[in-house]
Amino acid sequence: MLAYLARRVAYTVPILFGVALVCFALVHIAPGDPLVSVLPPDASADLQAMLRTLYGFDRSYPEQFGRWLWRAAHGDLGTSIATGRPVTDEVFKAVGYTLRLSILATLIGFFFGSLFGFVAGYYRDSLVDKAASALSVLGVSVPHYWLGMVLVIVFAAILGWLPPTGAGSGNEGFFGSLRFMILPAVTMSVIPMGIVARTVRALVADILAQEFVIGLRAKGLTDWGVFRHVVKNAAPTALAVMGLQLGYLLGGSILIETVFSWPGTGFLLNAAIFQRDLPLLQGTILVLALFFVILNLLVDVVQTALDPRIQRS
Amino acid sequence: MTEPAIQIRDLRVTFGGVVRAVDGVDLTLHQGEVVALIGESGSGKSVTLRSLMRLHPPRRSRVEGSITVAGRDVLAMSERQLADYRGATVSMIFQEPLLALDPVYTVGEQIAEVIRRHEKASRAEARARALELFQKVRIPSPERRLDAYPHEMSGGMRQRAMIALALACRPKVLLADEPTTALDATVQIQILLLLRELQREFGLSIVFVTHDLGAAVEVADRIAVMYAGRIVEEGSARDLIRDPRHPYTIGLLKSRAEGALAKGSRLDAIPGSPPDLAHLPPGCPFAPRCPLAIEPCRADRPPPIPIGPGHAARCIRTDVSPGLLARHPEPAPA
Repeated sequence: MLAYLARRVAYTVPILFGVALVCFALVHIAPGDPLVSVLPPDASADLQAMLRTLYGFDRSYPEQFGRWLWRAAHGDLGTSIATGRPVTDEVFKAVGYTLRLSILATLIGFFFGSLFGFVAGYYRDSLVDKAASALSVLGVSVPHYWLGMVLVIVFAAILGWLPPTGAGSGNEGFFGSLRFMILPAVTMSVIPMGIVARTVRALVADILAQEFVIGLRAKGLTDWGVFRHVVKNAAPTALAVMGLQLGYLLGGSILIETVFSWPGTGFLLNAAIFQRDLPLLQGTILVLALFFVILNLLVDVVQTALDPRIQRS
Repeated sequence: MTEPAIQIRDLRVTFGGVVRAVDGVDLTLHQGEVVALIGESGSGKSVTLRSLMRLHPPRRSRVEGSITVAGRDVLAMSERQLADYRGATVSMIFQEPLLALDPVYTVGEQIAEVIRRHEKASRAEARARALELFQKVRIPSPERRLDAYPHEMSGGMRQRAMIALALACRPKVLLADEPTTALDATVQIQILLLLRELQREFGLSIVFVTHDLGAAVEVADRIAVMYAGRIVEEGSARDLIRDPRHPYTIGLLKSRAEGALAKGSRLDAIPGSPPDLAHLPPGCPFAPRCPLAIEPCRADRPPPIPIGPGHAARCIRTDVSPGLLARHPEPAPA
């Protein structure tokens, strides 16, 4: 197991290098001058050249990439052009907010998604199945910003139960800040809920069609006893799907974070793109990719631990 | 005489309302007796076997007739009674243990589970019992194998584990659904010998489903040949091999590729294919393929015709059918 882990961790190094290269390249291929946002419209050519040298944009691409990568490896992602603050601080603050939101959303989505999926898979082609399937299709296809706005109208504007937007000032305590998270998290959870429900339904239907379920019944197991076996068989794949969904949500939903003014990574990326803030953009993408790779690693390790059929050697 | 271990009367199993997979089966099995049900795919032998545990999906199947196992009416049991009966009074071994065992539990856990399901036993006691069973079915280094997952064992080893699981709660009746079909020839013999040995030791009654006549002769006291959902001939293993009377049984015997078959000589096959179980002909279902079929065969279903003690065939031409056996296949043209 330890050797397996070490090997998996080693695999992430080339992946991260590739991600860094791609995100550096993409950002530089995109049109537009990063200095436009900080320079006054009538800036002299001298000032432009000076700033260009200062930010290192005058060097060759490989050199820029090398310097950026070297610093990134030491935890320094440079300075935001727009705000002048270290990118590392900005990114990790935003990641903290998004992480909270997406973990809550994934938990909600996973809970209800598996619930619907199990019910639908067990009572396949019944009315319950059709209702659960319809609900999950609705979850995947409904526009989330629209759902977010409807929830804000109902629960914040009309009922007044929950704050409409923002993340709070940070002095509300655990339950106080949880109140701010409920609406965006519920809105966000609809995506993984639909996907988890459909995956679990297919998994359960597939497992129930297998011969060993007859074997379990032939042993005299009751419905509950068989259910335990189904759960253990479905768990590795279901958890893997959940991990990947968490990864996607970590990218931050720009739309949801905008609707709820949630200061997460989606919000940050949005700002960085519009301001052509290259260091911030690169840094954010790299950190998100890092999280995604780590999550994938965790998912693989958990799956290996749960499913004896995956070779550990 | 003690009551029979299994008594099946006029069993009819219908799937989806139209497919008559089992169409009037009568079978009696005495305690400690081994009966082999043989027939080709779709003849209803496995369906009959699974009916004994009511393993068919209730929504899509209809089971009629009567099934009494160890004095209990199986078709009248509640879900709860059924669950208590399965695995304890009757247990089953499957054709492909790799598919019939849960892939994410160790075999030891799966055996302990059935013990703890039916008896009051602690985890440690259940494991000790599982270990004993593994020794009984002669699995080498049993202690270690208990912690193996099904996919980590060889086919023969898995089938031994499956047998251990089936015998865990000392059932009266063992149902074996083609237990050797998926195994290598050499392993097949070992498993058959093991079954026979355990049957004697535990006094088990066994219903053994197979399409392999050789395996049936090896273990069974009696053989029942099934065709299109009915038992067409039934008798002691010796009678059936020496004096088969139903043209289908004779066809089966002649179509075996035995070692004695000389190179270049002809292997007799039964012409045609089994009937569609959704549209059975009115008369004998074998008539369209039968060399002896005459008009009355196609009109009515033949009743069982007694041939000797405990030997009967559902055929009205048993007087001439032995002639089929004598007719030797012509040698293939050189």
